[in-house]
Amino acid sequence: MRALRWAATGAVCLLAAGCAQGTGSQEGSAPAFDPEATVSGRLQVMGFGAGDEIATTRLDRAKKALPGVDVQLVEGDLDIQAFLSAVAAGDPPDLVYANRDQIGTFASRGAVIPLDECYTAEKIDEDALRDAAVAQVTFGGSLYGVPEFNSVQLTMANADLLQGAGLSIDDVNGSDWARVTAATKALSKRDGKKVEVIGYDSKLPEFLPLWAKANGADLLSEDGRTAQIDDPAVVEALTFAVGVYDAQGGFSAVKATRDAADFFGEGNQFATDALGAMPMEQWYLNVLGEVTPKAPMAFDTFRTPQGETLAYATGSAWAIPAGSKNPQAACRFAASMVSADSWLAAAQARADARAKDGLAFTGVLTANEKADEQIRSQLVDVTQEPWASGVEAMYDANEHTFSLPANPADSEFKAAWQDAVNRVLNGQAEPEAALAQAQQVAQAALDKAWAVWDGRTAPASS
Amino acid sequence: MGGLGRADRSGELVTTAVGAPASLGAPARPRRRSLERRESRAAWWFISPWIVGFLVFTAWPMIYSAYLSLTDYDVINDPHFVGLDNYRELFADPKVALAMRNTLVYTAMAVPAHVLLALGLALLLERAVRSAGFFRTAFFLPKMTPPVAVGVLLLLLFNGQRGAVNTVLGWFGIDGPAWTTDPAWVKPGIVLMGLWTVGSTVIILFAALRGVPKDLYDAALVDGAGFWRRTRAVTLPMISGPLFFVVVVNTIGALQMFTEAYTAYFGAGNTTYSNDAALFYVIYLFQQAFEFLHMGYASALAWLLFVVIMAITGLQVLGSRRFVYYEGGSR
Repeated sequence: MRALRWAATGAVCLLAAGCAQGTGSQEGSAPAFDPEATVSGRLQVMGFGAGDEIATTRLDRAKKALPGVDVQLVEGDLDIQAFLSAVAAGDPPDLVYANRDQIGTFASRGAVIPLDECYTAEKIDEDALRDAAVAQVTFGGSLYGVPEFNSVQLTMANADLLQGAGLSIDDVNGSDWARVTAATKALSKRDGKKVEVIGYDSKLPEFLPLWAKANGADLLSEDGRTAQIDDPAVVEALTFAVGVYDAQGGFSAVKATRDAADFFGEGNQFATDALGAMPMEQWYLNVLGEVTPKAPMAFDTFRTPQGETLAYATGSAWAIPAGSKNPQAACRFAASMVSADSWLAAAQARADARAKDGLAFTGVLTANEKADEQIRSQLVDVTQEPWASGVEAMYDANEHTFSLPANPADSEFKAAWQDAVNRVLNGQAEPEAALAQAQQVAQAALDKAWAVWDGRTAPASS
Repeated sequence: MGGLGRADRSGELVTTAVGAPASLGAPARPRRRSLERRESRAAWWFISPWIVGFLVFTAWPMIYSAYLSLTDYDVINDPHFVGLDNYRELFADPKVALAMRNTLVYTAMAVPAHVLLALGLALLLERAVRSAGFFRTAFFLPKMTPPVAVGVLLLLLFNGQRGAVNTVLGWFGIDGPAWTTDPAWVKPGIVLMGLWTVGSTVIILFAALRGVPKDLYDAALVDGAGFWRRTRAVTLPMISGPLFFVVVVNTIGALQMFTEAYTAYFGAGNTTYSNDAALFYVIYLFQQAFEFLHMGYASALAWLLFVVIMAITGLQVLGSRRFVYYEGGSR
């Protein structure tokens, strides 16, 4: 018994001694990328799914560009915990596909490597990439990601409801906030406490950055170090966007109505005349065109009070983990996936597939300007209204984007402002107080995360 | 096995010799000690798989999380020792207080509701002699529903505008609340949805009810006791042990509430919208660990929850001495 007791104690001590050393620091130094190098071996890609022709066409091309490389996909959304644990354990995937807003956090922790040399070696044309996308993958002066898809917002509206209320798309495209509020009241329809028609959905909390930017404010400074959540222009924007809900029975009722809708199906809010207008990402244009092609739609860009088109760009990017065993192949693979030729081939496959189904091809938005131009000029030929206006607005929006810069505490920063908006929406706080609290929380998180980054990089720069 | 058989046989001999005169019993003591040692060793070998599992999958993670709670650790870089900073920070963090308050309020609502409904259903089940098997299965089936699905169902059924619950309430002229968005109704909605999985508790209490000696009811009937009197004076004391067990288990479960609320208010159901009223302690812990990568702070949060659960369970055990009857025990 005593022997067993000692054995058990010993086992615990051994485990403790083994693991208490930590998981080891991974330096984020970049390997040398050689454009002439012959690549081989295994390339494990995490977070990318080959679910449609846009993915499979480019994937096939990338595989052809890397003969002798065994490309293995770990499909599904990137599991951050699994990814970071793998990096810490020294057995990371060779390439990851992540949201662009995650790149700063990964870079600051040394989980991904700088790709400046990768860009040079594989001739990834940085100038062809959209500035807003590049800003999201640039951290500490280096590029840490290769931007992929791009997502922007449009104003989508129900033309029949607008016409019935004597309104036009200009009343709901954001160019005049007073007109938006008036249109909300005119379009909304209630039966007691029950909301029958949502007049206008300002899409809070997710689109606060868009409303704030339209009002002239960024939530985060350009260098990603200073939160500006309590800027009076942000307070004003939030007050307005929340007021839109208050004008039609309150957020609680509107959200419950929104949640009950068949968002992706034939019973969507526009097709069932249950929603007047809202800003929404461009991919929903394709959903509507596919499931309810006869929906009475009207489209425009989202506009600032000055009438300028504006869109909040988000999207995805490729990044190479620290400790990748095949960075050369990873870089070449990423370069192939985002090349204009690959995008064009993928768009052709999508256009062919839609033509086969008797549907129009409405385009693909990428972070590559050159690819977008080629796709639009060569493949997009939508003449039927209202979809032609939608496609026009989509490409216009893609030319007028902004983004939040890369920073090392993006999750905490986002949680801070979203919590604030939610407290206001739930009637638990006023905009000014909620945003002031969020400002403190966000700034504390940013300060702490930047201090770690500065501490890591200080010896190298001195 | 042969060795164990011999030990058993010699054990009988030793036992036989216990009552013998001292002169005869003298050699029995070392033999008995030897037997005890062998039996003890055998017992350790038999339970060693569990011990190894416990050490590797429970004890070690607990020891390591205690260590991590004293560090700043982001998963990827080495833990950096910060002493008690994480514990100081959590006591100053208003979200910890909010999450703990939410969790305790939810527990206070969910556990009585869960146990009372389960007890009521078990009592009914006991009366359904012929179809008891069917109802036992029917009550247990919802327990098989994945918690994530329950979270999504919550949003659909309790939707304040178009949900089935408010539709039914409307038939009776009741204007149902905004269960999923009004902070005052979020927790009651989650509690009601949680009753969906009451089946396992029903089965435990039903088994306990079946174990109550019938002659006690007969005696009570002879004394003129009605249903409520029999329930209070016979049933509840006789099933107080299992009742105490389900209260403890459900309390611990409620204090660790996560999946349904996370799915409905923080995960797939709402990627950006959230509601402070649904911020339960383990959700906040999860956010700190897996969204913000503050593993050290999350470990400190985990240890605080462990202490709270131990304290509440300890209080329940103390209370059980007064209210729980164990057949063959002093009370």
